[in-house]
Amino acid sequence: MTQRSTLSHLDWLEAEAIHIMREVAGQCANPVLLFSGGKDSICMLRIAEKAFRPGKFPFPLMHIDTGHNYREVVAFRDKRAAELGERLIVRSVEDSMKRGTVVLKHEGESRNKHQSVTLLEAIEEFGFDACIGGARRDEEKARAKERIFSFRDEFGQWDPKNQRPELWSLYNARSHKGENIRAFPISNWTEMDVWQYIEREKLELPSIYFAHKRPVVLRQGSIVPVNVPLMNGELTNLPKAGEEIIDLQVRFRTVGDISCTAPVESDADNVEKIVFETATTTITERGATRLDDQTSEASMEQRKKEGYF
Amino acid sequence: MSAREQFEDHGLLRFLTCGSVDDGKSTLIGRLLFDTKTILADTLSAIAKTSEKRGMGAVDLSLLTDGLQAEREQGITIDVAYRYFSTGTRKYIIADAPGHEQYTRNMVTAASTANLAIILIDARKGILTQTRRHSKLASLVGIPHLLVAVNKMDLVDYSQATYEKIKADYLEFAGKLGIEDVRFIPLSALNGDMIVDRGDKLNWYDGPTLLDILEETPAAHTEHTEKFRFPVQYVCRPQDSANPDLHDYRGFMGRVEAGTLKVGDAVTVLPSGLTSTVKAIQIGGVDIPEAITEQSVTILLADEIDTSRGDMIVKSSEVPAAVKQIEATVCWLAETPMDRNRTYLIRHTTRDSKAKLAAIDHRLDVNTLEKVAAEKLAMNDIAQVTFKLAQPLFADPYLENRGTGAFIIIDESNNNTVGAGMIL
Repeated sequence: MTQRSTLSHLDWLEAEAIHIMREVAGQCANPVLLFSGGKDSICMLRIAEKAFRPGKFPFPLMHIDTGHNYREVVAFRDKRAAELGERLIVRSVEDSMKRGTVVLKHEGESRNKHQSVTLLEAIEEFGFDACIGGARRDEEKARAKERIFSFRDEFGQWDPKNQRPELWSLYNARSHKGENIRAFPISNWTEMDVWQYIEREKLELPSIYFAHKRPVVLRQGSIVPVNVPLMNGELTNLPKAGEEIIDLQVRFRTVGDISCTAPVESDADNVEKIVFETATTTITERGATRLDDQTSEASMEQRKKEGYF
Repeated sequence: MSAREQFEDHGLLRFLTCGSVDDGKSTLIGRLLFDTKTILADTLSAIAKTSEKRGMGAVDLSLLTDGLQAEREQGITIDVAYRYFSTGTRKYIIADAPGHEQYTRNMVTAASTANLAIILIDARKGILTQTRRHSKLASLVGIPHLLVAVNKMDLVDYSQATYEKIKADYLEFAGKLGIEDVRFIPLSALNGDMIVDRGDKLNWYDGPTLLDILEETPAAHTEHTEKFRFPVQYVCRPQDSANPDLHDYRGFMGRVEAGTLKVGDAVTVLPSGLTSTVKAIQIGGVDIPEAITEQSVTILLADEIDTSRGDMIVKSSEVPAAVKQIEATVCWLAETPMDRNRTYLIRHTTRDSKAKLAAIDHRLDVNTLEKVAAEKLAMNDIAQVTFKLAQPLFADPYLENRGTGAFIIIDESNNNTVGAGMIL
């Protein structure tokens, strides 16, 4: 026998993720895959290709757009969906604001947590019974305890104390009308696995994942990007009075709403260098870059209970 | 060639840790993550702050496994948590099962995907009831490798005699349980002796460190069987009018639960029993020559056979039994006890069948390990039962093949997963 008899760790993780996606397709009537243009969801699209080609994906792609996303990422999102020939649905937090279902406390408030409202509205609009997402258990401690198939009630709420037992690879995606399953095929991947997979599969990424010069300010120990252009050319994240703008060589480790994703200083301008940097880094992914998770020790858990991914 | 590629990839090992808070289980996991440099500076500073807030002198590594807000408030662990670390040659997934009253249910859940269990023993206390319980559960769930870790050696002056006594006691009852592969190691999780580094206090122990043992434990789930089992998850029929080549494409998608398959092999599709040969094996539409255990692939057959989700493709020389009655060890997971008059749904591979309880042969008292008569099944109960099935299942004994020997029980009224079963 020429082939090895056990899978390498990346092959194993990929095989598990393919199996999970096919279970969603096999068990659910109307699923959707959440695609933001970020690195985790880019891996998810490759897994979907491996799971379903030469057929089409048995689900559309959907992005909940806060209206405050990096232009490079939005452009990449549209390009990638078109290349794959798959349907992309975009629903916008700004539309929820117009409808009055999202009310910001003040104009500058981060729209990140309000994505939950728009997501639930989209689930209702299309009648989705399952959402496939790229969340990973290593990202955050509430996620470390969430099931791969996570049941949400009519209000999209996660009840951490009342989760369905999940054994072997026998997944239970049954739900009643109005209820919803969130499925996380790359639950068992770490940030390192994601980068190694991107390297192995030669996946294309939005340019802001690689080291580039960008105007930033230093605010409470974080690097905060400023004067970021939106899709309409308008600038967001304006510096506060008295803040000194510096041009820094940075890259993003996570990509999301502009108001809550911060870059790290880096000169890693290709995937191989990023893999090396990830192997030697001393700060966690979310600790370094997600301003929203630092608010309190339990902030992710709180958001999930309210319907967040 | 980059530095990483010089290492061979030894795949991925899933293991679980059994023990209660007092055994130093969280400290052991914290120590493994810390010594393999998995814990990053911000996490460490967060737990240092919490340690200080709680008035502890040194950084408490056990805080790393603290999870949900509700758990932090109550100071207990509610649910199975998964942790990750990598040594460069191998990736590890730790299932951390909490040790309070819901123990059986959580441990069975954590053990279902593990290939090795670490049984923690406090060197001062020796073998306790819970040690027996953990060991029995690990053997019931078919974990092939047990590692008995005698922890807190620092509190018994690193005494070799204490360690040897515990080892002898354990071997005596392990023989009765029929556990085969058991290894022993003395540790101090608190001081980091014999976890990743050997330390300098246990020089009388010349065996491998804990991490060395993890590095060499076989990762494959199914070491015992070569019988090819392929439950069909999804059927791909592209029907793309722009691409007439795909007009007749019929791909059977699934994950290989056991064994290997090559192009040209003779196969049988169950339940129809129709036979064909393998025309192609693909991943993402690209041909590969062979599929191996745990690989997710698409199989194309030479003949047109009507096949759908819930069917199983096997090699014609190794057809499993189609059973309409099963005897199984069941762990009840739900707060509502099993109702003997009700019909439940059994999910086995990708196949569902309605099922009714025919008999409870006995219940296992997990503390005394005695078989006792039982009329009902409540949460955390483990029992040997017989089910009658509406549809046949294509099953193997669980101890031969986890993938085709395991099932879950679903309550159709609320869709909850209420039980876990292992076919005898």
